Amino acid sequence: MSGVLKLALKLLLGDRGKFVTLVIGITFAVFLMMLMTSMFFGIIEHSAANIINVGAKMWVMDPDVQTPQNSIPMPDYVLDVVRSIPGVDYAVPLYVGAGLVRLDDGTYQAATVIGLDDATLFGRPELLAGKALDIYRNNAFFVVRDANYAKLRSPKIGTTFEINDHRGIIAGIAHVSIGSLFGLPTLYTTYSRATQDLPSTRYVMSFILLQPKSPAAIPGIKRAVAKLGYLALTDSEFTTRNNRFYEFQTAMGTNILIMTLISFIVGLSIAGETFYMFVLDNLERFGALKAIGARRSELVAMIFYQSLVVSFLGFGFGVLLASALVAFGKLRIPNYAAIITYQNLFMALVMVLVISGVSAYIGIRRILRIDPFVVFRS
Amino acid sequence: MILSVDGVSKWFGEGAARTNALREVTFRVDHNEMLYIVGPSGSGKTTLLSVISGILRPNAGTVLVEGKDIWRLSDDALADFRLHTLGFVFQDYHLFPRLTTLENIAVPLILRHVPWNDGLEKARRVLQVVGLEQKGQLPPQRLSGGEQQRVAIARAIVAEPDLLVLDEPTASLDGDTGKRIVAFVRNEILNERRAIIVVTHDDRIYEYASRIIHMEDGRIVDLPGPAA
Repeated sequence: MSGVLKLALKLLLGDRGKFVTLVIGITFAVFLMMLMTSMFFGIIEHSAANIINVGAKMWVMDPDVQTPQNSIPMPDYVLDVVRSIPGVDYAVPLYVGAGLVRLDDGTYQAATVIGLDDATLFGRPELLAGKALDIYRNNAFFVVRDANYAKLRSPKIGTTFEINDHRGIIAGIAHVSIGSLFGLPTLYTTYSRATQDLPSTRYVMSFILLQPKSPAAIPGIKRAVAKLGYLALTDSEFTTRNNRFYEFQTAMGTNILIMTLISFIVGLSIAGETFYMFVLDNLERFGALKAIGARRSELVAMIFYQSLVVSFLGFGFGVLLASALVAFGKLRIPNYAAIITYQNLFMALVMVLVISGVSAYIGIRRILRIDPFVVFRS
Repeated sequence: MILSVDGVSKWFGEGAARTNALREVTFRVDHNEMLYIVGPSGSGKTTLLSVISGILRPNAGTVLVEGKDIWRLSDDALADFRLHTLGFVFQDYHLFPRLTTLENIAVPLILRHVPWNDGLEKARRVLQVVGLEQKGQLPPQRLSGGEQQRVAIARAIVAEPDLLVLDEPTASLDGDTGKRIVAFVRNEILNERRAIIVVTHDDRIYEYASRIIHMEDGRIVDLPGPAA
C-alpha cells in the first residue's frame, strides 16, 4: 500500500496550485478556530483567577454562587461548624469584594479586594516587594502587579490612597499567576480589615477555604456542608462550575462558539470545494487507475491520504500562526486573555479531521462512481 | 486460445430509448495473435473492448479469458484480473502529468505492490525496449505524441500482461509515426504467450493485423478464421 500512497502524494504535490490552496484554506480555518478557542479558554482561565491564585483545595460557599467574583456572604457560625467536620484539617474565611479607591489626583478607580484570614494569611500571593507580615501594619494592602496595576498609578511601597473613605497604604507588591478578567486592580489585605473597611451586608464571609486531611475525606465533608445548606467544592469542581457559568449562562461562550463554528464552516467550505475541484480535475486519471486495476479500497486510501496530508499540514501551519499571534498579543497587550491549551489543540485537530473526512468523502463518492469506461470515451 | 467471447450483448437504456451497442457478438482470440476490431464510429468497437476488458458489464453472454468467466468475478477480483492479465493503451494515453515518464510506466507495478524502487528499475528496462531510455525523468507532457504513445505501451506491457488492449493507437499520431508504433508493437511486443487486440478505423495499419473483425451496428459482419 505504501507505493500507492506515495503515488497519491505525488499526484497531490504535483498539482501545486490546488495543493497550496488546500493547505492555505485549512491553515486559515485552523488559525481562526485556534484564535477563537484560545480566546475563550483564556477568558475562562482569567475568570477563574481567584480560584487559581488563592490555591485552596476546597471552597465552601452558598449553593447559588457560580463564580468566585459573585459571592453570597455566609454567617460566621458556618466556619465554626465546618472546622468541626471530621476530615477537615483546617478552614479559614475569605473575603472577596470590591472597593472604590481614591487616588492622589482625586480620581476614583474600582478595585477587587481580597481579605485573607488574619491568623494564617492562607491564599496570600507571592510578594515581589515587601514582607508578608507587613500586611498587619495599619491600613496595609498588597497590590497585585498585573495588567491592571497601572490603573492605580503603579503605586510603590508606601503609596497612600483612600478606599471607601478609609486610609490605605501599599505595604507590598505581589505577583499572581493569573490576572483578573474584569480589568480591575487587585488589593490584598487581612480579612478583618477588609470586612471593617468595605461596606458589607450583615454577613461578611464570602468563602471558606478548606484543607481536607486526605482526598478520602472530601465526600464526607461535602455531605456535612450540604447538611448545613451550603456547598463544598474542590478547587477543580469550582473551576468547572465557574467555566460552565461563562460558557452557558453568559453570551460570551455562545458568541465564541458561533465564531468557532463559522471558522470551521469557512475552512470546511474552502477545503471541501478545493479538494472536490482537485478530484474533478483528476477524475480521468483516477478512472485510468481504476481501469488499470486499482481496487476501490486503494482509491479510497489514496483520497484519504491526500486529504489527511493537507489537513495535517494546514493544522501545523494554523497552530503555528495562531501561537505566534497569541505570543505576540501577550507581549504587546497586557490584558490579552488567550491561551493555547491541549484542549483547544485537540478541538482544532478534531475539527480538522472532520474537514478532512468530509472533503475526502465528497471526493471518494465521486471517484467511486466514476465509470472507468470514460477512459475509452475521451 | 486466450479469449473467448460468446453471445455478448450490451444495450443502454430501456424501452423505446434502448440502444443496442452489441448484439450477440461471438469470436475467439489465440495467443500470438494481433486481432483488429474495425468499423465505423458507433459500430460498438469501444463498447466491445470495454466488455472484454472487464470494465463494462454486458447484459448477456460470456467473456472467458484464459478459461475464466471474468463477469462472474467480484469487483476486487475483476480489478485484480485487469491488473494482472490485461495491459491497456488508451486512445488519449491517460498518462499522469504529475509523474515522471518512469513513474508513469511503473504505475501497474505500484498497484501490484511492487516496491517503488524495484518498480522504477523494471520501468527503466521497459523504457529501453520502447527506445526512450533518455526520457525517463521527463514529465510525459514534454514528450511528443509518438513518444507518449510509446510510454503508454511501456506502461501496458511493464507488468507482462497476457492480453494487450489498444484503443485507437494511431488516432492522435501522424501516419508514419502511427505505422512505426504499430509495427513496433507487432514485432517487439507480440509473442506466443500474449495476444493483442487493437480497436481502430485507421486502414493504414491493417497490414500488421493477424486477423481483422469488422463491426457494424453492434454486430460482427465479417469474421475471418484464426490466422494460419
